[in-house]
Amino acid sequence: MIDNSNRTNKFALKARKKRGSFVERTLATLVSKTEHALFAEELAQADGFLQKLDPRVKIVGLLALILAATLARNIFTILFIFAVAVLLAVLSGVPIRTLAMRAWLSALFFTGMIALPAIFLTPGDALFRLPLLGWTITAQGITTAIYLISRVETTVTLSLLLVLCTLWTHVLKALRVLRVPVVFVVILGMTYRYIFVMLETARNMFEARQSRLVGKLGASESRRIAAASVGVLLSKSFYLNSEVYLAMQSRGFRGEVYTLDDFQMQRRDWFALVGFLLAALFAFWLGRQDSLESLLSFN
Amino acid sequence: METVSNNIFEVRDVTYLYNDVTALAGLSLSIKQNQRVAILGANGSGKSTFLRLLDALYFPDKGTISAFGENLTEEAFGDEEFAFRFRRRVALVFQNPDVQLFNPTVFDEVAFAPLQLHWAKDEIRRRVAETLELLEITHLKERSPHRLSGGEKKRVALASVLILEPEVLLLDEPTAALDPKSQGRIVDFLIDLGNTKTVVTATHDLDIVEDIADYCFVFQNGRVAREGTPAQILADTELLESTNLIHAHRHSHPSGVVHSHSHLHRFHEHEHEHKNGVD
Repeated sequence: MIDNSNRTNKFALKARKKRGSFVERTLATLVSKTEHALFAEELAQADGFLQKLDPRVKIVGLLALILAATLARNIFTILFIFAVAVLLAVLSGVPIRTLAMRAWLSALFFTGMIALPAIFLTPGDALFRLPLLGWTITAQGITTAIYLISRVETTVTLSLLLVLCTLWTHVLKALRVLRVPVVFVVILGMTYRYIFVMLETARNMFEARQSRLVGKLGASESRRIAAASVGVLLSKSFYLNSEVYLAMQSRGFRGEVYTLDDFQMQRRDWFALVGFLLAALFAFWLGRQDSLESLLSFN
Repeated sequence: METVSNNIFEVRDVTYLYNDVTALAGLSLSIKQNQRVAILGANGSGKSTFLRLLDALYFPDKGTISAFGENLTEEAFGDEEFAFRFRRRVALVFQNPDVQLFNPTVFDEVAFAPLQLHWAKDEIRRRVAETLELLEITHLKERSPHRLSGGEKKRVALASVLILEPEVLLLDEPTAALDPKSQGRIVDFLIDLGNTKTVVTATHDLDIVEDIADYCFVFQNGRVAREGTPAQILADTELLESTNLIHAHRHSHPSGVVHSHSHLHRFHEHEHEHKNGVD
């Protein structure tokens, strides 16, 4: 096995210290993407609750919970599903900090930007008027924003748990259960496979450039380097593409791909599937209870 | 596809061009059944192109190539049955393993070829397990190719074609860019294969030729410059020098003498004269 961790960390540290140059920033990004992938693979092979389950169970179970969160008509149901997601993360050894950094903060940021106008634009009972601007915050607006943000946070957490606790290769295979066409699954698999080859190529290119670089690059020179690097990478990817096609042909590929989906359900998988479905059904039933809505209603 | 003679491949006056650049220019040769052949030549001499022609990935611009008594043409490969039979019998290991390892895991990689040839799934599982065992890579089964070392990638690439138990194995620079231990493993494997298969190896690594081949073709400018046994070829210093397979370079002796001349590195203790005036 290639152990790139020392090399990776060295570059990451170096790149973090000096964030000035365009080449260094690009290198740091390339390194961090590789680090993320390596971390995800290590976590996916850890000895946690979700990691032990059949990927098909995880996909069906977590999707059921996502569906229940999306259809819920009261906040308690969404919070209940969010709590289940956090519990699953703890049982699976997923650091809460990782969830916070990768899911919660980014979801809050992006959804917040969408939800923010709703606070002012949704008609309803005025709660507060902003000084100077004179914009009115309505109770219904706040409710809408809370619903949107909590739904997104919950579903993103569940999705991230699936990705962090399952090898990507297994996620792809398990997608076949959902009748995703085999061509689509194979293309995703090959994309994932060659992302690392291209990342390595890009990193080598930027390292080679950095080793010959003295001083700081101007904006136009940085743009020129970026454009040239994209061009070289594109041409390399075209070459790789034709070579891979030949390699596939050489082993019998004639335009249609056949794959082997090789999962076996264990007893714990059946228990987990029933557990997931019961939790989702309960959440679905709970989510249909309008009376709970009134507990948090601003009306 | 019945073999009508002892020759597996008959290559007659083959020319192949990449746009306007000539890769092979009127090349002719024959390869016998269960023969171990080395294709020697410097970079750009047409070795890789030749292997791709033998594997019917490319087709000649001029001349003919026949395998097992049948002409390899694009029309012939339009017939699925013919194509499947050929792919089952002839396998190519590419020089760059990243090209060959396009599946998400080692298991999928080894299972790819039999799946495309519509083998029964239980048979595939059994054969994958046996092939992984044969190349001592069972522990890598669930590993993604980007997490393998160079030597491991080469062994997986070999496994991915050996699962079909091909009659002909085409190897493009099998030991290139490998550390000595990994090189040794590949060479040991080829030695163990013995004469049970036809093995055609393109290489410019003269150190392994005697171990992996009974017969050699030396390529130069897309033609066969010379053919013969490894002993005959390796003894012809003039030929090796003219085909850029060896070159004169400086080296030192324990006596302190430093001088320059062409030699094979495998013969560390080689006899030569120190002429006056040559340092």
